Amino acid sequence: MAKQVLLNVFLGFMWMFLTTTYEPVAFVKGYIFGLLIIFVFRKFFDSRFYLYRVFSFIKLALIFIKELIMANIAVVKVVLKPKMDMTPGIFAYPTSLEKDWEITTLANLITLTPGTMVIDISEDKKILFVHAIDIKDAKAEIDGIKESFEKAIMEVSRT
Amino acid sequence: MKMIEIAKLIIVAFILIGAFFHLIAALGVIRLPDVYTRNHAASKAATLGVLCILLGTFLYFYFIHDHFNSRVLLGILFMFLTAPVAGHLLGRAAYHSGVKMWGQNGPDDYKEYIEIKKSEKYQEYEAYRKKIEENIKAESK
Repeated sequence: MAKQVLLNVFLGFMWMFLTTTYEPVAFVKGYIFGLLIIFVFRKFFDSRFYLYRVFSFIKLALIFIKELIMANIAVVKVVLKPKMDMTPGIFAYPTSLEKDWEITTLANLITLTPGTMVIDISEDKKILFVHAIDIKDAKAEIDGIKESFEKAIMEVSRT
Repeated sequence: MKMIEIAKLIIVAFILIGAFFHLIAALGVIRLPDVYTRNHAASKAATLGVLCILLGTFLYFYFIHDHFNSRVLLGILFMFLTAPVAGHLLGRAAYHSGVKMWGQNGPDDYKEYIEIKKSEKYQEYEAYRKKIEENIKAESK
């Protein structure tokens, strides 16, 4: 990925010097043409076209915003309920993510969506311990995390 | 003139929603029963509240004063980077200093893990991990 970005920046400068215009606009133009060239030659790189990764990152951000709003509404409901009848608890969540930054991102996303909070991570980095404000639907929560966050993070880190 | 009015309405909506989430966070800290649940309310409802208020501020400067204030956007970014870390550490510290969870019938998978970790029996941990994975598989069937 870094190789492709570097090449793209190089192509941007190349465009600037070829057209002998030394303005930021020329660089941006060159960058976009470079993007096109890299897209055409994407089969020859050992990793996938880096714009795909950018797109999946944007997708992850959108999923996160959606989850954030939904979960906040859920917490508002819990707080404003006249009777406190939820059962808080800690459940273990085995994750299939492997790299450190992936697990960090997942833990941060889980913690940011209200109703769930990561308490700890097991030493071999395979189990997250998640405190849920209402454990009743822990199974649904696990499925939700698997479906939304983990999938999206995997999509970003896929080479 | 009309555009400015619409922009003002949007800005007011953002700031009011932000203030509402802060109110909920404050109510949550008072009403919820134990450290962990209070931590939920304080660290997260407040995050969305700050997001909304900062977004409203940003739009205000952008539409009314024609001034693109990137520092406000950076404020949102850093809020999102730091809030979960604080929430996580508060929860962890509370657990390790022995704060009990509210309610009796809530499950606690973490307790078992800590016991295994203290006794330093690696095989038990393996069994524990397998058990959890099987539990989740059984539930999803």
